[in-house]
Amino acid sequence: MSEAPPRPRRRRGPRLPKPPVPPAFLPRPLPPGTQRGAPRTALDHAAESGKVVVDWIDERTQLSGVTRWVMFRKVPRGTNWFYTLGSATMFAFLAQAVTGVFLAMYYRPDASGGAYESVRYISTSVFLGNFVRGMHKWGATVMVVLVFLHMARTFVWGAYKYPRELNWVIGVTLLILTMIMGFTGYLLPFDERSYWATIVGVNINGTGPVIGPYLSDFLRGGPEFNATTLSRFYAIHMLILPGAIAGLILAHLYLVTKLGTTAPPWVKATPEEPALGEETA
Amino acid sequence: MAPARRPKKSQYTLDRGMPGAFEGETVSRRRFMTGTVHGAGMLMTAGMVIPAVGFALGPVFKNVTLGWQTVGTPDMFPEDNYLPVVITIAPGIGEAGKSTVYVRKRNPKVDTQPASASNQWVAITSRCSHLGCSVLWVQAAEHFICPCHGSVFDVEGVRTAGPAPRPLDRFYTRLHDGFVQVGPRYSVNTELRAFSPRDPGEPLDGIGQYAYPSRPTVRKLPGHV
Repeated sequence: MSEAPPRPRRRRGPRLPKPPVPPAFLPRPLPPGTQRGAPRTALDHAAESGKVVVDWIDERTQLSGVTRWVMFRKVPRGTNWFYTLGSATMFAFLAQAVTGVFLAMYYRPDASGGAYESVRYISTSVFLGNFVRGMHKWGATVMVVLVFLHMARTFVWGAYKYPRELNWVIGVTLLILTMIMGFTGYLLPFDERSYWATIVGVNINGTGPVIGPYLSDFLRGGPEFNATTLSRFYAIHMLILPGAIAGLILAHLYLVTKLGTTAPPWVKATPEEPALGEETA
Repeated sequence: MAPARRPKKSQYTLDRGMPGAFEGETVSRRRFMTGTVHGAGMLMTAGMVIPAVGFALGPVFKNVTLGWQTVGTPDMFPEDNYLPVVITIAPGIGEAGKSTVYVRKRNPKVDTQPASASNQWVAITSRCSHLGCSVLWVQAAEHFICPCHGSVFDVEGVRTAGPAPRPLDRFYTRLHDGFVQVGPRYSVNTELRAFSPRDPGEPLDGIGQYAYPSRPTVRKLPGHV
């Protein structure tokens, strides 16, 4: 080749890969005499109406670009199963949110015995109640374990370094919120273990110099464990923290999408391959 | 050589050539309007946020000292042994708001705290001064023992072993209409000097009394001990 062909004009921004289509969904050749693109079967008509609806929404929201930006990202060479720990944590949180909403339908934050009775009722009388409560209880443990594994992966991979420091900070905030989630949720069954664990936990909070005693009063809503303490913990557990965690997860995901993931430390950087035609020019 | 300063702009909108400027006007109407709207917005936001935050923080500043509770007659309490009695420390929540108090008659041969009207009966809390577990009075050993982390306190409630940072808290006592009554709680340091009630885990000796200040929610009774 004596002369390099003219290079196509580069579009602004990165070229997004097309989503992979399974062979079963690829268009089949038309029977002879059919007009190209015309729907033929009921399934075609259904597919057509679905497309119309999706197009109608997409024309007004431009969501398909965002979806492609989030879902069809390039990932570095060496990406492996350890990279799923973050999403696993998020799904653990979603499972907690869903089971928590249904537990809230039966739970009563009443410190004079009603709370314990309502939890006992969930465990013994509600259809699948023990199962849903068990999912929430063990899911909490799973979530804490996953948070730490995800954090360890990020640390060992060095994925907290520039430009991802802010995402590390958000992640640590999420870790703290998860811990508070566990602490406030522990009281809600209101049995002996809950009660004494909370007494001891609040008192540990109080050992922080100067601010500690006031923090204890804030947590309990008074100088002693009292009638409002349980409602306070319940409100923090099921209203304040889930909202804060959900918002921070969105920010966390935005930064992951924006900055991309890091390659594992054992993958060496390779020089960029020359574009087509550049090696001969 | 210092860089040349930009010439200072005139404070009058008229001099700066703003459209529709008035004679002697220093703030343009656009800026005034922007400021007014921002100010009104902040005022309205504060109107919602301040009550909400105050609502959540209110209990931190509210004093909830409980009154005196009758626990028995004077002849019920021996000098050389503690009698456990149950009092309410948080009303309205049934069993969860009750606490055990160990009461005995003041014994001049044992007690080093100077006698006063409010310690003729010695009432010692069952709440461990380490992290708030329930201590047990073990008569055979003549000590209070905490099951959680092994703190041990002598007959006066002073720590003899374990991680507890200060002696067991006490309650004011009095004789009222022929009955022994237990009043508000107070904390003591190792010399049994009275302080406003502290939470477990907070030392009161040396710098501790300043690192863990008294809170508005509970104070010791003025003019007692």
